[in-house]
Amino acid sequence: MNDNALNHLHVEPTIHHEMKGDEGSLVTMKGFSLWYGASQALFDVEMELEKGLVTALIGPSGCGKSTLLRSYNRMNDLIDGLRVEGSIIFDGQEIFHPDVDVIGLRKRMGMVFQKPNPFPMSIAENVAYPLKVDGVRDRKLIADTVERALKSSALWDEVKDRLNQSALGLSGGQQQRLCIARAIAADPDVLLMDEPCSALDPVATAKIEELIDELSGRYTIVIVTHNMQQAARVSHNTAFMYLGRLVEYGETSAMFTVPRADRTKEYVTGRFG
Amino acid sequence: MEDNGKLPPPMRRSGHAPLSARGEPYVWLLGGALAAGVVMIVSFLALVTYNGVKAFWPRPVYTITMMDDSVTAGELVRSETFMPVASQGKPPAGPSIRSLYRLGNYDLTNEDFRWVSDMDIKTIAAPEDILLVERLEWGPFIGKLVSVDNGDSRLAPDPLTHDKLAHLVTQAQQRRHKIRKLQKVQVGYVNRQLEEARLSLRKVALDHGKDSQEYLAAAKETSITTDRLEGEYAKLAEEANRLDLLDAAQTITFASVSGMEKTIRQSEVVRLYKPNALGFFGKVGVYISRWWEFLVAEPREANTEGGVMPAIFGTFVMTVMMALLVAPFGVVAALYLREYARQSWLVSLVRVSVNNMAGVPSIVYGIFGLGFFAYGMGGWIDQWLYAERLPSPTFGSGGVLWASLTLALLTAPVVIVATEEALSAVPQSAREGSLACGASKWQTIRYIVLPRALPGIMTGLILAMARGAGEVAPLMLVGVVKLAPELPVDMIFPYIHLERSFMCLGFHIYDVGFQSRNAEAGKPMVFMTTLLLMSVVAALNAGAIIVRNRLKKRYVAGHF
Repeated sequence: MNDNALNHLHVEPTIHHEMKGDEGSLVTMKGFSLWYGASQALFDVEMELEKGLVTALIGPSGCGKSTLLRSYNRMNDLIDGLRVEGSIIFDGQEIFHPDVDVIGLRKRMGMVFQKPNPFPMSIAENVAYPLKVDGVRDRKLIADTVERALKSSALWDEVKDRLNQSALGLSGGQQQRLCIARAIAADPDVLLMDEPCSALDPVATAKIEELIDELSGRYTIVIVTHNMQQAARVSHNTAFMYLGRLVEYGETSAMFTVPRADRTKEYVTGRFG
Repeated sequence: MEDNGKLPPPMRRSGHAPLSARGEPYVWLLGGALAAGVVMIVSFLALVTYNGVKAFWPRPVYTITMMDDSVTAGELVRSETFMPVASQGKPPAGPSIRSLYRLGNYDLTNEDFRWVSDMDIKTIAAPEDILLVERLEWGPFIGKLVSVDNGDSRLAPDPLTHDKLAHLVTQAQQRRHKIRKLQKVQVGYVNRQLEEARLSLRKVALDHGKDSQEYLAAAKETSITTDRLEGEYAKLAEEANRLDLLDAAQTITFASVSGMEKTIRQSEVVRLYKPNALGFFGKVGVYISRWWEFLVAEPREANTEGGVMPAIFGTFVMTVMMALLVAPFGVVAALYLREYARQSWLVSLVRVSVNNMAGVPSIVYGIFGLGFFAYGMGGWIDQWLYAERLPSPTFGSGGVLWASLTLALLTAPVVIVATEEALSAVPQSAREGSLACGASKWQTIRYIVLPRALPGIMTGLILAMARGAGEVAPLMLVGVVKLAPELPVDMIFPYIHLERSFMCLGFHIYDVGFQSRNAEAGKPMVFMTTLLLMSVVAALNAGAIIVRNRLKKRYVAGHF
């Protein structure tokens, strides 16, 4: 309630900067609001994800970054009492339309979580999991996909000799890259990353960032992060969120050098957050 | 306060917290309570193990001459001190010792056991040539060998060595098994065919009426079959009779120490040995042979002697069937409750009810099983499928199927609660990871949730099996009997006879300990069977722990 009251005082329209890319948008969010039961978590968000680019979502804890991210592949559906308004158009389709096949949607929107969550299976089985749920039996295809996905996630050289060992034996950074490989194996259009480096040490973080850089172009990537340097390093566009609202959105360099909203300025210079 | 320029001494907090704050008394109390519990369990286990392990060890036999010059012989069971009562004006002379002897020879003296006070004994000896004979009937015989009659030749005791006697007894036992096989298997087979012929005729009568063409044709056919079978029966009976007469001619005569003679067939001897002449290895031999009989033979003497094989087998079949019934039901119910049902007050109510089901007295389940399964469902099955056998019930009375179903119902809460807990312990991140890969809810459950919950589910299931294996009260109502003539699984089509009543270890303990003619005679069996049942339950629990640890290692461990 307090949050709501506060928000009504700060209702200002989102400031949109110039965008980085020129390939047009893949996902368009229009007037999107979201409620968990009675409490509203997102207010009237308008933003576009540009095709083939990396979009960073930044903002203080509890600002709705993760909620926004999880709205793209409807992971929020698991929560009781969820209600949404507005629309998210992905590839010309409204994803909250009752006819939409959620499973199909999630196959096109790979997701990587904050904490690495490999399954208790072998490395190869982990990567092949999306194929398994699709009912693929072709061993050759599975082996090729596993190799391609592991190469794409820069893990192949480290694990190629122990593909049949448990994935739980990998280090934290390797596990997270395995999760990225698993997401890539489904051949998605979009990769959603929810603070993928927050449980990792600096070396592993650097590897993941390098990987994100390599993957951009092939995939449209959305990354939630608490780390402003990370956002500045890896993203093309940055969205700053505060208390469920999208405050400012645009090209990363502009967001960090000439932020227009006071909140954004304070946050990116580290005065609060 | 007077201000003379001096500061008051600083307040110091005591460095020692009071005892109550440090909590030592409570730690001691809790530790003491735990220790008391552990001591109770350990001493109970030790008592059962000690009594069970020593029950079959051959004990010395003493010949006792009493003050009134009567002579008895018996196996020493135990001794204790007691305070004799004053008699004939004499004051009691302080505490004395008395011993319990197993006298045997129940058929001659009508006395199995006797307490003998040390004061009444004139002399006591342990003669080497005294024999202890375990028989098929009347319990052991203690005495000496008089003669052996082989039908054609008669042997006096002198030239007979113990080995020769043992050889004769082994031969006689083989004869007995042969006769028994003839009577039970072959004659039983013919009898069953006769019964089937009668039943199929009755079925035709029920289906078509007694005046119909079909009935007349069937009656004709049946009478031919019956004649043939009766011919076979007569032949087999004659053969059995002949063998029995041969067997009856081969006897062995013993005499008790007081001179009373008893002649029995050689084939009635189960085991015979000279308890006072046995060396250590001889005793080990008797011990092992008794254990072997206990584990693989059928009971005799109203269950107080012989083996418990049918009870072991019955318990095994019942427990396995129960597990097969309860596992799918329990797991599916828990899956629905935890994964699919919307968490509302109705689901909470169901959950509370399931938990309460675990607290319902088991005899109530027995009554329900008898009324609903045996009389209700069984009666219905009888009317539809076994009408020709009525009024004698087939499925309409207690049987291994109904007992297993009743136990499945009884243990379902254990499995449901364990499964629900195991499911809720699967981290949300694992489910989300699977769903984000485009897996459906069912695929996520099938590939991710169930494997991870498996250790917990298995633990619950095996605990349920252990509980079921040790249950007695409800089983008495739904199919467990004192003595089952046939096992629920045998070589006769359809091999598994779910309608048959059966024996189980838990009921065996109750029956031998509290329902037999002589509680003292059944005591070793009670301890032995208790030991066996506890071992079965302990083995099941150990299995649960091993399975759980294995699966845990496979699915859960290995975090960095």
